[in-house]
Amino acid sequence: MTDLAQMTALEARDLLRRGEVSSVELTQAVLDRILAHDNDIKAFLTLTPELALEQAASADRLRASAEEQENLPALLGIPLAIKDVICVEGLPTTCGSRMLENFCPPFSATVVDKLRQAGAVILGKTNTDEFAMGSSTENSAFFASHNPWDLTRVPGGSSGGSAAAVAAGLAFGALGSDTGGSVRQPASLCGVVGIKPTYGRVSRWGLVAFASSLDQIGCFARSTADAALLLRTIAGYDPHDSTSVHAPVPDYAGALEGGIRGLRIGVPKEYFLDGMQPDVEIAVRAAISTMASLGAEVVEVSLPHTSYALPVYYLVAPAEASANLARYDGMRYGLSLDSADLWDRYRQTRGQGFGPEVKRRIMLGTYALSAGYYDAYYRKASQVRTLIREDFDRALGQCDLLVAPTTPTTAFKLGEKTGDPMQMYLQDVFTLALSLAGLPGLSLPCGFDQAGLPIGLQIMGGAFDEGTVLRAAHAYERATRWHQHAPSLPRDARQEPRGGNP
Amino acid sequence: MRLSLAQVEHVAQLAQLTLSDQEKELFCEQLSSILEYAQRLQELDTSAIPPTATVLPLENVMRDDQIRPSLPLEDALANAPDTENNYFRVPVILEGEG
Repeated sequence: MTDLAQMTALEARDLLRRGEVSSVELTQAVLDRILAHDNDIKAFLTLTPELALEQAASADRLRASAEEQENLPALLGIPLAIKDVICVEGLPTTCGSRMLENFCPPFSATVVDKLRQAGAVILGKTNTDEFAMGSSTENSAFFASHNPWDLTRVPGGSSGGSAAAVAAGLAFGALGSDTGGSVRQPASLCGVVGIKPTYGRVSRWGLVAFASSLDQIGCFARSTADAALLLRTIAGYDPHDSTSVHAPVPDYAGALEGGIRGLRIGVPKEYFLDGMQPDVEIAVRAAISTMASLGAEVVEVSLPHTSYALPVYYLVAPAEASANLARYDGMRYGLSLDSADLWDRYRQTRGQGFGPEVKRRIMLGTYALSAGYYDAYYRKASQVRTLIREDFDRALGQCDLLVAPTTPTTAFKLGEKTGDPMQMYLQDVFTLALSLAGLPGLSLPCGFDQAGLPIGLQIMGGAFDEGTVLRAAHAYERATRWHQHAPSLPRDARQEPRGGNP
Repeated sequence: MRLSLAQVEHVAQLAQLTLSDQEKELFCEQLSSILEYAQRLQELDTSAIPPTATVLPLENVMRDDQIRPSLPLEDALANAPDTENNYFRVPVILEGEG
């Protein structure tokens, strides 16, 4: 059954449609694999096997009663995982925090409702850095997740549990959230496809808020076509989220085959730094050559304010977080420490409920917004954010897409960067600017370093142009097949690629 | 740009956070180095640049004021640490009244 757990969601759907496997068998195979490997990987915070098998059985019943297989819901019977910052009714939603350790939301996020309406089976909730703040999952209050390619290394973060689950064959796809790179960076480090859509493309109703001008829900998948299917399922306007946008959602999967010929692809020179890992630059340059050989026109472009993205992000996001996380006051839900004095109860609850990184960012954000410092920090950062957006407007005026590395290095060792927040923040140096501009970006595998760790290629597009991003990614993936490589897990002697040869 | 211990304590109070002495020391150091890094923004002349608060061209999104189904009371209170008569029960806010 490991074969089943290693295939793409679309391949699994074909098997289901042909009746070669049932959803219950498929789900059981994935659950068996989770049982065998998640003690090592630690991707899941909550696993719901009974619920998943019930959902699978009901998918099988629906399929058996259908006359036309093609008209069935798009994800019928496919097991998926959900990052634990996204609410699923009745399941714990902890955000990786002691603050919400016992919190069960009374409603599901719109994206979860949409997945369920599309027939997906929910396996459980995946690990995350606390309140999605981090780049390694080491800030989870419960445990760190491990990279399936090398268990001594991090899977990236903050959606590290989702990325690791998809890479290890513990789910056919997963949802994550991306505020400054939290889908693209772990996708890169785990060798899977991860897409962060345009700000406003996907409803955030039921996503626990971190930084509201940046947060966006994204998807992890084992192929670009799977990512297209997942995004199509969750995208669209939602009356519950006034920041979701009334824009038509194209049939991404149907437009994948358009190829890359004739697309103008910009390579921002600021995304190749002296300090970056040489293997990463080599692989990304090779990927750009491949795109050129497939008929894309490659041009060098400049995003001159790139180096300011990190300081802008680490003022804007903490400022918004300090306001969003003010709701954790121990009164209506979440941790509540007993104290007769109201102020003491606030401070004790928050002081003990939040971990170090969350407290650090609340402190930083509170300072940046406080009297006397607002203009110098928050307002200044918001102005430079405008310059960063204008960089993208200019560059995307000259070309259809931008390509760059997703991260400056491959997966690092657990514990390597936990002592120095600035070192951890630098992991996101290539993903932050796009988030500040609110534009869509995708990371997909483009090779391996000398240690055998995956390298990610980042493809960035214009607002609401996820279709072109996916199309270019698909053409590259077709030509190289890096995405078919899978990690060999302990007690799993198989090392061959998932499909044909790369 | 180095934060003093008194500044850290003041910000912690604004943020309603109890910090240990060790955390205060650590945040003094770490926040100072992050803010020092942020100083590079001052290199840019932004006097004529409007700030970006959101990337969307949306403003004042309105909806009709219609009665819609809402969360049942028991669901809304299900996660509450303390309740009484269908209310959230909280510590006394105003001393001497009640």
